[in-house]
Amino acid sequence: MNVESKLDTGGATLSAQEQQLLNEFLAENQLFYGPDPEIMRNHSLSARSPGEERALTMGLDPNRMNLVRGRIGSALEEAFTMVEQTGVAPGAKWGDLVSAVFTASGDMSQIGPHGIAVFASVCHYPVRFVRKYWLNDPSVGVRDGDAFIHNDSRFGNIHNTDQSMIMPLYHEGEIVCWMAATIHEGECGAIEPGGMPSIAESKFDEGLKMCPFKCAENFQLKRDLVNFLQNSVRDPKLQLFDMKVKLHAVIRLRERLLAVIEEFGKEYLIATLRQTLEDTEAEVRRRIGEMPDGTVRINTFIDNDLREHILGKWPLEVTVEGERMIFDFRGACPELRNRSINANLASLKTCLMSNLAIYVWPDLPPNQAVFSPVEVLTNRNSLVDPSDEAPVAMSLIPLFRALGAPAQVMAKFLYCLPKRYTAINAPHYNQPATFVYGGLTQHLEVTGNFCADINGNGAGGREDNDGEHAMSPVFGAFADTGEFELAEEELPFVRLVAQQLTKDRIGFGKHRGGLGYEQIVTVKGSNMFGFMTGQCGAKHPSAYGLFGGYGCPAYPLAKIKDVNIFEVMDSNPELVKFSMIDLMNEQAIPGARYVMQDAGMNFELAGEGEVYMICQGAGGGYGDVLERLPEDVMRDVEEALLSPRLAREIYFVTFDEQTLVVDAPATTAARAAERAARKARGIPFDAFCAAWVKPEPDPALPYLGAWGPNDGPVIANPPGGVRVVMAPDAVDGVMLSNPKDRRIAELEAEVAALKAKLAAA
Amino acid sequence: MKICITEYLRIDLDAERWECRRCDRDLGAARDNYKRGLLVHDRDPREIHQPLIDPTKYSYTFAPDPAYTALLEYYCPGCGTLVETEYTVPGHPPVRDIELDIDSLKEKAAQWAAEHGGTLPEPESLHRPAHARHQHKHS
Repeated sequence: MNVESKLDTGGATLSAQEQQLLNEFLAENQLFYGPDPEIMRNHSLSARSPGEERALTMGLDPNRMNLVRGRIGSALEEAFTMVEQTGVAPGAKWGDLVSAVFTASGDMSQIGPHGIAVFASVCHYPVRFVRKYWLNDPSVGVRDGDAFIHNDSRFGNIHNTDQSMIMPLYHEGEIVCWMAATIHEGECGAIEPGGMPSIAESKFDEGLKMCPFKCAENFQLKRDLVNFLQNSVRDPKLQLFDMKVKLHAVIRLRERLLAVIEEFGKEYLIATLRQTLEDTEAEVRRRIGEMPDGTVRINTFIDNDLREHILGKWPLEVTVEGERMIFDFRGACPELRNRSINANLASLKTCLMSNLAIYVWPDLPPNQAVFSPVEVLTNRNSLVDPSDEAPVAMSLIPLFRALGAPAQVMAKFLYCLPKRYTAINAPHYNQPATFVYGGLTQHLEVTGNFCADINGNGAGGREDNDGEHAMSPVFGAFADTGEFELAEEELPFVRLVAQQLTKDRIGFGKHRGGLGYEQIVTVKGSNMFGFMTGQCGAKHPSAYGLFGGYGCPAYPLAKIKDVNIFEVMDSNPELVKFSMIDLMNEQAIPGARYVMQDAGMNFELAGEGEVYMICQGAGGGYGDVLERLPEDVMRDVEEALLSPRLAREIYFVTFDEQTLVVDAPATTAARAAERAARKARGIPFDAFCAAWVKPEPDPALPYLGAWGPNDGPVIANPPGGVRVVMAPDAVDGVMLSNPKDRRIAELEAEVAALKAKLAAA
Repeated sequence: MKICITEYLRIDLDAERWECRRCDRDLGAARDNYKRGLLVHDRDPREIHQPLIDPTKYSYTFAPDPAYTALLEYYCPGCGTLVETEYTVPGHPPVRDIELDIDSLKEKAAQWAAEHGGTLPEPESLHRPAHARHQHKHS
C-alpha cells in the first residue's frame, strides 16, 4: 500500500494537524514499498530542479553544450561496446542492450548511438523509485559507489528477463545524474526456462522479482546478494558475469562523465542533460502542432494468449488537437488474470515512445521526451493497463504491437504534410519469433535463454521502396541476429536451417514488406533440453498492410517428433529436406509424427534429433498490388521469394516462366480485367455494412474487447467460460480455465458417449 | 486546393469532397467517412495468404483462419484501385480510420502552400532520391 492511498476514516473528521500526523505515521511505517502509482503512471518529464534552473540560466555556451552532448554519446557508446563484447547473455552479444544517462531527477536523457531505447526509457521509473524510497532511508541510503539492480516490470521494465544496473554519479557530495546499463539477460528463474514463461499464471511464476535494491557498495558487488540471485535462476554463471559486466560498464561511464565535469564543469553536464530533454519535448510538441487536427484509428486483434486461441482486441485511436496528442487504448481486451500476456501501462508507454522514435521521427534523439507530451487513455484492468497482480511475463505480445502499429496510424496524419522526417511505412513484423530454450547443455551446465533470431523481423513496405528483409527487431534498429555457430558451441542444439528467406510468405503490395526467415533446429548432445516459442498470429495475421497493401501471412509452428533426424541423415539422407514446407508436406520419414500447431508453444522437452520449425515474419505491404512494377515482381520470382503462380494470381503479371520476360500488353490487360472484377464484386459500403455487420461477436469466438466503438462496453467471452459484458469504466480481469482441463472434459464426454453407445448396442 | 491524404485519397478542400487520386472520382463528403464512397468486398483471406502447408493434412497452413480473420478490401468504384485493406474479425463494424478536422486541415494546407510557393508538393516529390546501386551477381 502506498501512503497516497485514500484512507477510510470511518466517518471521522480529522483536523489538519491530525491528518498531518497520520500522514507522517504512514510514511514512516509503510508496510511494503510496492509499485508506486505516483511514479508508474507518470511518464512526464520532472519539473526543472533548482540546480537545472541555475545551470540553464547562467548563459552557458550552446556550442560547448553540444561538445558535452557528443562526449556523453561517446561515453555511452563505449559502455555499450563494453557490454556487447563482454556480456554473456545472447541478447548482449547481439545488441539487445543499452547504456543510458538520466538527469538527477531520473529522466532518461541520452542513450548511446546504438542500443535499445525502450530498455532505457523504462528505467526512469526505478531511478525515481530509488530516489523516492531509498535515498533518505537510513537503512539503505544512496552513496557514491552504490549500484542498484532491478528487473520487475511492475517497477518499470519491458519484462522480467531484462536486468538493469543503475548507479548515481556523485560530484562533491551531490547527485549530478544517474547511469544505467540494461541487458536482455534471458534466464530469470521462472516456471519455464529462458525468462519469458508463457505458462505463467501468476506473477509468482515469473521468477526473479527484483524491485530496485542496492546490490553494490563502494563499486563492488555484494557477493551475498549476488549469491542469492544466482541461487534463484537456472544459469548462475550468466547472473554473476553479467552483473559484473553491467557494473563495470556504468563505472566506466562514471569515469567518462567525471572527466566531462573536470573539463567543462558540473553545470555543463547538468544543463546539457536537461536541455536535450526540453529541446526534444519542444520539438515533439511542434511536430504534433504541425499535424492536422483529427482522429485516426486502427483495430488489431491478438489471436492467442500462448495457452489457447482468443481474439483479444488491441485498438488504438490517436487524436490530435493543436499541440495535444492523445493515444486511446480504451476498448482493449480485459486483463487476463491467469495468462502471461498482460503488459504494464508504463511498459506500453515506453514502447509507444520507441515506435515514434524508430518509425515516425527517427531523427529525434531517442529519449524520454519523445513521448512525454503524449497523453494516454486506457481502461483500467485491461490487457495494456492491468492490475499489479496480473502476470506480465509475455508482455511482448501486446507490447510488440505497440512497437509496430502506431506508425500505421500516424501515417494517416503525416502523409499530407509537405515534408518527411522519414518515409511513410507499413508496419514492421511484430512478434517475438524465436526459440526460447532451456535444459542441460553438452557441457553439463543448466541454462535457459533465447535465440537472437528475434532480431530479424521483416520491415514494412515504404512509400518509396520495398521493406527490408529480416531487418531488425521491432523494438530497435541496430540489433543483430547473431552467428549461430557460436551458440552451437555452447548449447546442445543444431541449426538445420539458419535464417533462410522463404517463398511466398509476403506482405504483398505495391511495395512489399521485407520477408522473414525460416528457422529449423534440433537437439544434439543432451537428453534434457527443450524449446518454447511465443509467437502469435497463426489464425489472424499480426502485421497489417498500409494504403491497400496486404498484411503478413499467418505463421504456425511445425515439428517432427518421434524421429532422430541425425540417424535419418545417415541412413536415408534423401529424405531430409531443408525446408519446412517440403518436410511437412511430403511426410517422407517413416514412423515420424508430423505436427502443425500455433506458434505459441509452451516449453517441452525435445528428444535428440526431433525437429522444430518456425518462421520469422514479414512486414506489411504498402499500396495496391496491381501497381507493383512487373519487373519488381519478376525480381522477387528470380530471387525465389515469390512463386510464379502467386506472381500471376496476386500481382496479375503475365510472363514467360523460363525467361521471366514480362508480356507487357497481356499484363496490362490482366490488371485491367482484375480492376473491372473488383468493381463487379464490390458492394457499396452502407449496403455492405447493413448485411455484414453483426450486433455482437459470434458466440463461438473467444472474443475479448469492445465490439464496435471502443468507448463502449467490453465483452469477455473466454474459451470455456461464461460471457460477460462490462461497462467501460468497470472493466474487470478475466480468469480462464486450464486448456488441459477443458480437453480432459471433452475427452471424458466422448468416452461417456461412446460407453452409452456401446451399452445401447 | 487539393491535398493528398493517402497513396490513393485526396481531399478537395474547396468543395470539401474526397477524391480518388488515380481516376479523380468523387468519393463523398470530406467530413464523412471516405469508406462510404468506396466498394467493399469481404475477401476470403486464404485467397491472398494461400496455404503453403497441405490443408488436407493440417489445419495450420500459413493461411489465416476465416473464422478469426476477415479481410475487407475497399475499391474505388471508378477505377477499381485497392484503396485500403482492413483485417478484422467477421462481423465487426468496419473502423472509421480517418476523421480529420477539415477546418484545421484547410488552415494547415493554406499555410503549407504559402510556404511552398502557393502549391502543395506532391507526396512523390518528397521521396528519398533513388541512387543507382551496385548490382551483386554470382553468375
